[in-house]
Amino acid sequence: MKLVTVAGAPSVGKTSVILHLAALLAKEGVRPAVVKFDALSSADDVIFREKLGIPALVGLSDYVCPDHYYVSNIEEACVWGREAGADLLVLETAGLCHRCAPHIKGVPALTVLDSLGGVDAPRKMGPAASLADIIVVTKCDLVSQAEREVFDFAVASVNPTAAIVHVNGLTGTGALHLQRMARTWPRVDGVEDAVLRYSMPASICSYCTGERRIGRRYQSGNVEKLVVAKEAA
Amino acid sequence: MILNIPDGLRSVTILGGTDKFGAPEPVPSVELRPGDALALVGPTGSGKSELLSDIEQLALGDTVSGRHVLVNGDAAPPTATGLVATLSQRTNFVMDATVARFVTLHAESRGKDARALLPRVLETANTLCGEAVRASDPLQMLSGGQARALMIADIALISAAPVVLIDEVENAGIHKFRALEVLTDSHKIVVTATHDPVLMLMNAKRLVMRSGGMNRLVEVSGQEAECAESLRRIDEVMLHARERLRMGETLTPEDISL
Repeated sequence: MKLVTVAGAPSVGKTSVILHLAALLAKEGVRPAVVKFDALSSADDVIFREKLGIPALVGLSDYVCPDHYYVSNIEEACVWGREAGADLLVLETAGLCHRCAPHIKGVPALTVLDSLGGVDAPRKMGPAASLADIIVVTKCDLVSQAEREVFDFAVASVNPTAAIVHVNGLTGTGALHLQRMARTWPRVDGVEDAVLRYSMPASICSYCTGERRIGRRYQSGNVEKLVVAKEAA
Repeated sequence: MILNIPDGLRSVTILGGTDKFGAPEPVPSVELRPGDALALVGPTGSGKSELLSDIEQLALGDTVSGRHVLVNGDAAPPTATGLVATLSQRTNFVMDATVARFVTLHAESRGKDARALLPRVLETANTLCGEAVRASDPLQMLSGGQARALMIADIALISAAPVVLIDEVENAGIHKFRALEVLTDSHKIVVTATHDPVLMLMNAKRLVMRSGGMNRLVEVSGQEAECAESLRRIDEVMLHARERLRMGETLTPEDISL
């Protein structure tokens, strides 16, 4: 079974990109399956099953950090994918805080960016953008050629080695490039002992365990305070 | 990977596949060279956008049409990108910047001399539309015509892409003939999907699309060239009338005499 991780901020078009790629792969006889990791709710599994008739599963992290939840469940997702008969398992992540990246060494890593997000978007995405193998840029049909080229330049400046692919999430134009790349992706037999490309954040303070009140006396564990710079005033 | 053609683009060849019904396309191949302009014509649903998409994705027989798009006579690497610049009705500026800042950012991203390019881009843009685009104008304040004019001048002078695909950019209030000239003069291959008769005849060749297939390749005849000249005058009159009325002036029959 092949494996790919997909990251990106909410509403950039991760699911649309995966839908177009999965549809192309299914047409050439590859059986894709998708596990969507999210925080509170997601109907994406229904979309994958209804639109493409491919196996899809949703994992909701609820009160746990969605990225920690994702790492803790990659193996389980792979077991499910194999049992579902998948040739390619797509791990789609929630993409919330951009402190970390879900990408794994040795597993193809795809990050989706929205060209409407402005030229600072690639830098703001942190390790998810800088450590990806493929950066998919969406909504390119809405911006001028110049802005597309400036955006690609901004992507290349945070990740000089990534392949940049423009995909129109509505028409699917560009997904063909991903399909061609997917043919060269390696088989991954298991993810046990595999290593994340970037560390996950520490999250062991009172708020991690359900505290909602504001104030120093409710804060315990791993608490960092804002450092006020002189030039801030 | 960004497509790197060491000795430059010499040709793009479209090899026909099949139409919607699986029949071979009547036009087996179309070859385009730098400076060539091709119009795609046909009713909605005839396959114009699909052909543009095949060119953009450098089809290797792996799209619905089964077409192949060759670069300098050979299949491009499967993941090559960067060959094509696109311009459509939906294209907008989303950046919050002045014209000068925008041109500078683009030029710098391409490793080009922004200070030398800015006046050239402005000068070219201002041959395409009635109202002058100024360096200090915010992009978001430009009219539709000014924005299109700036986009075309920018693609011609700064963009690296040797092929320009234009999808349905019509009636934007720009000098269409001049716009096409600006692009072909900078040795781009320009493919325009259009329903506008003036735009169709401005291209030396037009490809008639039908049922998803390349149906007929038509060269502009001597008679059509004369028609093009008349239509061009009508178009200029429309543009002139539009600019006068927009500027608060009045029109007389003499103003719009052909």
